[in-house]
Amino acid sequence: MHDMSAHVAHHHTPPSGFVQKYVFSLDHKVIGKQYYALALVAVCTAMVLSWLMRLHLAWPNMAIPGLHWITKNGAAGDLMTPDFYLQLMTMHGTIMVFFVLTTAPFAAFGNFFLPIQVGAEDMPFPHFNMMSFWVTCAAFLVLISSFIVSDGPTLAGWTAYAPLSAVGATAGPGQGDGQVLWAISIALFCVGQLLGSLNFITTTLDLRTKGMSLMRLPLSAWGWFVTSCMGLTAFAVLLPACILLILDHVAGTSFFVPSNLVLNDQLQPHSGGSTLLWQHLFWFFGHPEVYIAIVPGMGIVSHILLANMRRPLLSYKAILYSMFSLAFLSYMVYGHHMFVSGMNPFSSLAFSFPTLIITIPSTIIVLIWIGSLYGSKLRLNSASLFALGFISMFVSGGVSGFFLAQPSIDIMLHGTYFVVGHFHLVMAVAAIFGIFAGTYFWWPKMTGRMMNETLGKVHFWLSFVGTYCIFMPFHYLGIMGNVRRYAQFVDDYLQPVLGVHKFITVCALITGAAQLIFIYNLIHSRWWGKDAPVNPWEATSLEWTVPSPPPFDNFGGQHPMVYHDPYQYGVAGSTGDYIMQNSPEPSPTGQ
Amino acid sequence: MATTVQEPPQVEAPSDRSRLETGNGGGGWRNVVPAEGSLKGLEDHYSPASRTGIWVAIAAITMSFAAFTSALVVRQGGSTDWRHLALPHILYLNTLILLSSSVTLEIGRWRFRSFIGGEIGSKFRALHALYITLMLGMLFIVGQYVAWLQLKAEGLYLATNPSSSFFYVLTAIHGLHVIGGMAGLIYVIRKLSKSALRRGTLAAASHYWHFMDILWIYLLFLLWMKL
Repeated sequence: MHDMSAHVAHHHTPPSGFVQKYVFSLDHKVIGKQYYALALVAVCTAMVLSWLMRLHLAWPNMAIPGLHWITKNGAAGDLMTPDFYLQLMTMHGTIMVFFVLTTAPFAAFGNFFLPIQVGAEDMPFPHFNMMSFWVTCAAFLVLISSFIVSDGPTLAGWTAYAPLSAVGATAGPGQGDGQVLWAISIALFCVGQLLGSLNFITTTLDLRTKGMSLMRLPLSAWGWFVTSCMGLTAFAVLLPACILLILDHVAGTSFFVPSNLVLNDQLQPHSGGSTLLWQHLFWFFGHPEVYIAIVPGMGIVSHILLANMRRPLLSYKAILYSMFSLAFLSYMVYGHHMFVSGMNPFSSLAFSFPTLIITIPSTIIVLIWIGSLYGSKLRLNSASLFALGFISMFVSGGVSGFFLAQPSIDIMLHGTYFVVGHFHLVMAVAAIFGIFAGTYFWWPKMTGRMMNETLGKVHFWLSFVGTYCIFMPFHYLGIMGNVRRYAQFVDDYLQPVLGVHKFITVCALITGAAQLIFIYNLIHSRWWGKDAPVNPWEATSLEWTVPSPPPFDNFGGQHPMVYHDPYQYGVAGSTGDYIMQNSPEPSPTGQ
Repeated sequence: MATTVQEPPQVEAPSDRSRLETGNGGGGWRNVVPAEGSLKGLEDHYSPASRTGIWVAIAAITMSFAAFTSALVVRQGGSTDWRHLALPHILYLNTLILLSSSVTLEIGRWRFRSFIGGEIGSKFRALHALYITLMLGMLFIVGQYVAWLQLKAEGLYLATNPSSSFFYVLTAIHGLHVIGGMAGLIYVIRKLSKSALRRGTLAAASHYWHFMDILWIYLLFLLWMKL
């Protein structure tokens, strides 16, 4: 009998071999680190691709030494062809959106910290969790492998619009095998994230420790929970869409390819499909996806700011309910990506209205952050600086969203760099700043070593200024009418802005190089950093009650008891101006 | 070796105490069985994680089939090349088979409850019912395959017409989910053979299996219906 209860008591016993411990690990912490490592590899890959694109945009006739190594026929004499430019653009977007912005803030940090923050020993389905990572990893390898197949990766963009994405090799280089590999990769990614979301939701609902009521969850945990609800419903729609796309390719069905389509002088053997259908299915996933990228960042940033402001937020519940509103509304606004796709104009109106509404919860969240920061003695460290940077990027990028939400203006700006500037700031860079903030804050807990603060601050200022230098001019270019997705700007009216492109390229190279400081800081602190104490930031939530790094079973076989809400800062506690969640001492606020 | 769960220190302040009792989070670590727990307690232990998990999975599958449905509606309504498919009659027989498998599964659960209640002999009768459920599941899959063969004999392939495309896609993906359910049943049968089955696991497997019935009836209606 004792044997059996021991078997059930832990989902899994501590692993002994290298493979069980570090490769096919069931431990949520190792899986979180694996996701982080994958995101790091992915972000470096995608950043190099963006450098190549930027170099070509600024100096279209310049040969980029070694370029022919990564493509078979896209760069004869190291000169980039327009097709190859589009292939780089597609891969940059796909890798960044899926394998960086989704995996790092959600899957990596969420896996590592969600179970600890709710007081659990692990996620409820560790085997699914392990599969989640390895399927995602396989998805990345499948995507990257498209560089070595016949004519390279797809050039259809990360949105893979039909019919070009559905008819095969006649549509251009990479539209054959490359496009199929893209669809297989994304389908696998969907499976991985569905398995992850399943674990996140059940962990939050069922594995909370004693006293951890829902309203005592840290906002970061809420961020991951809201995101997993979106992930569950959004990836469940993209998966069927990818299956149908693959069938159009390999089985000759006509889901997305219309009748009488002639491409490159060839009549396509399809009939009756709907090109808009793909866009509807894709953007029904695609818009929640941008919130999947940003909502974990909102949770992480709130969590970090609170620990550094040393006082509670103006309202915990308003942030929480705003996050839920964002998640709900994100399904009702997706059509704003399709204002120029030929939808019924009335549909545009119906999508424009909720798009403007969705700015309300976003604004509430930002105002609560700013209102809470006002007058606080913020501790300025790398983590809190990046959290402030997140807010700055989110606001700067969000403001242009007001313009784009209106179909009449969007028709003008949709095909220009204005949109590129908008989404890079509001979603991509903001989310990346959230990842940096989370890294500087939690790295001591993940590895047991402190990161170098000076290097962190240098990294922040270079990234912050550099990012604005890159993406703010995009808006200007867009208003000038600079079209996006063009490999070079040889038209007369764009000649005057070539200087702006050169400026952006130089800034992109410098800002990218500044990330080497971060990589150095990560690697150096991992092995030679100062030992991290249990609670270096004097924070209150449960991850700061366990050793750094946490042991295999997190709480040493005991279950913690929670007595307080997670943000008892600015109160007279026995250890300082805060009371830990698991401290039985009474709080003056009674929370 | 049993893992002992230490009771945490109790709260002194009565106000905090009442707060703790009203909190929703009293049930963490539900997979930890107390050292003094009996075999019966273990089997009777209802793990909410598996219950929540299966509903979450059902929600995701529902979303996927909602996406397929909207694709079908758009494709059928927005084009002129849709030729409606006459469904093979064997599908109705398959439906009956799948529905009866749910009945046998419920009989199995009922017998399992008597086993937990102390009737040792009910274990084998429960296993019988589960084996029959598994057989019926297999029969359903074979029946679906026969339906494919019949369509093939009529010259209707995956790419022949959008209606046949959707027929093959929806039946194939539903079939894969049923095979997943059968894997769940095999897991349940193995656990029950070793007397190590938890009620939550069986409940989760059966919720999923019944959902496959409902989903199939929905799909049958969707494929039969002319918009």
